[in-house]
Amino acid sequence: MARKFFKSSETSIMINRYSWRELIGIYCGIAVFLFFMLAPFIEGFLVSLKPLAQLFSSPYSFWPENGSFEAYRTMWISVPSFGRYIFNSLLISVVSTIIVLILVVPAAYAFARFRFKGMALVLGAFLAVSMFSGAVLLIPLFRLMRTLGLLNTYYAMIVPGAAFLIPSAIWLLRTYMMRIPPELNEAAYMDGASQFYTFRRVILPIARPGIIVVAIMTFIGAYAQQFIFALTFNSKTEYMPLPVGLFAYFGKQEVIWNELMAASFVGIAPAMVIIFFLQRYLVGGLTAGAIKE
Amino acid sequence: MTQNRAAWYFAWALLAPAILYVLVIVAWPLIETFRLSFTDASLRKTTNYVGWRNYLKIFDKDFLEIIIRTFTWTFFSVLLKMVIGTFGAVLLNCAVPGRNLFRLLTMPPWIVPMAIGIFMWGWMYNGQFGMISGLLQRFGLSDGPVVFLAYGTSAYWATIVTDVWIGVPMVTIYFLAAIQSIPRDLYEAAWTDGASRWMRFRRITLPLMMPPMITMSMLSLIATFNSFDIIWILTQGGPSGSTTTMIIDTYQTAIGSKRYGEGAARAVVICIFLSLFCIAYFRMTRKLATAQKA
Repeated sequence: MARKFFKSSETSIMINRYSWRELIGIYCGIAVFLFFMLAPFIEGFLVSLKPLAQLFSSPYSFWPENGSFEAYRTMWISVPSFGRYIFNSLLISVVSTIIVLILVVPAAYAFARFRFKGMALVLGAFLAVSMFSGAVLLIPLFRLMRTLGLLNTYYAMIVPGAAFLIPSAIWLLRTYMMRIPPELNEAAYMDGASQFYTFRRVILPIARPGIIVVAIMTFIGAYAQQFIFALTFNSKTEYMPLPVGLFAYFGKQEVIWNELMAASFVGIAPAMVIIFFLQRYLVGGLTAGAIKE
Repeated sequence: MTQNRAAWYFAWALLAPAILYVLVIVAWPLIETFRLSFTDASLRKTTNYVGWRNYLKIFDKDFLEIIIRTFTWTFFSVLLKMVIGTFGAVLLNCAVPGRNLFRLLTMPPWIVPMAIGIFMWGWMYNGQFGMISGLLQRFGLSDGPVVFLAYGTSAYWATIVTDVWIGVPMVTIYFLAAIQSIPRDLYEAAWTDGASRWMRFRRITLPLMMPPMITMSMLSLIATFNSFDIIWILTQGGPSGSTTTMIIDTYQTAIGSKRYGEGAARAVVICIFLSLFCIAYFRMTRKLATAQKA
């Protein structure tokens, strides 16, 4: 085999050389794959540009004729509280993220650094939490919220939602913190630092990049999955987050699709801005969670 | 020894808030669900214990059908997620120009608020004016409008496709990470021996991808089993129950018709299945871990 005569540094270059036929195949495959992932967004965006009359006409036309951004203006008029929905979504996500961080940062450190009896079991129990969806626990939670008088408040959406964001946050941050060398703890101990001082002054500053990744992931998760609790525990328009609020575009006779799509894109914007600016952290964060120790 | 004891207290003090939170919001409701399943709790002020009546009541032909439907729905969805996710991961791993952009472009379905993605699919499935039906008619594949969400079979598959769409990005990224952690010298050695690209994929990539694939399919199975938003927004379990999975059924009984006791009994059945999956998952990961060490 002729290939045996290449040096290993050359091998890794040669191995990745594709023939033009392979290249076409790869790009076609990627195109099909990405089309599936993005088609709803493309179509949704085009719909947001079309006037309602063109939407509800046959035959179907893909491109908008005399398309405009009109729907992006009228959507604020037909659903005046739309701005409020976005604000609510952001507020719920931010507060959930803060709660999760306050609970998870110490817990992840404990799981990463200490090995005491029973802790493995507790970690397992935390991970098991993510396997029970909120839907299964809705009945007692609903009764609890009603008894505490928390129905139709922000708390009813934030408090249960945050619990289900804890497991993956713990897992991600624990993985990160396990990479912090234990010698740091020993050195701090030798210098007479207390456990708390070590955690606060040595570990937390080092773990900051990891905590940022977890904060971003938790925020995105909180922003993306606020449906069932909002649907069930809140019926007040002024507290509705985006996913439930968008139902306001479902009119009595027909759905105002172009405005619904325009509103969707405006609602997506915060998540997209985050992806764009923090993609470096994101891809790292996603894969760090995937590869276990 | 004093250091150890101090560390013990400290470790548990760090864990305490999170444990407490999860106990109140997850563990207590779980136990309470079990308790309620033996009562006739409803909007009425008084609740009585009724023994196994709720369970006897729900186990009829309809409920069995719902269970079977949940399992087939979950099975097809997970299967498609794994196949498409592998396909995507292998392609995105290719060293071609633009791959970082392509990787980024797979993420939107995952990161965008779920409800919004589902609304967009709702439009795609619209029979009169939606894209899929429109294109089918345009290319002469269908004579009239295809109202996807109006018929049992098509609604069933439509909800699966949307679930797959939301699930694929995570599977793809996870598999991509798994492929990238395969040592490069394996490929180089195989290449030196003249193994073709397909051969390298079949003999190196696929076998080494097996453990992460099994892990992911279990995780995906649990998530898919719990899927609520997609079906609720697209069909609310209809038409005539053809997309009613166990979660939807529980929601309708408990929150829809306020029969808390009966709903709780249905939720308990879900919990039992989930616990079985959970145990299977932990066993499998442990087995995989020991296999890797050996």
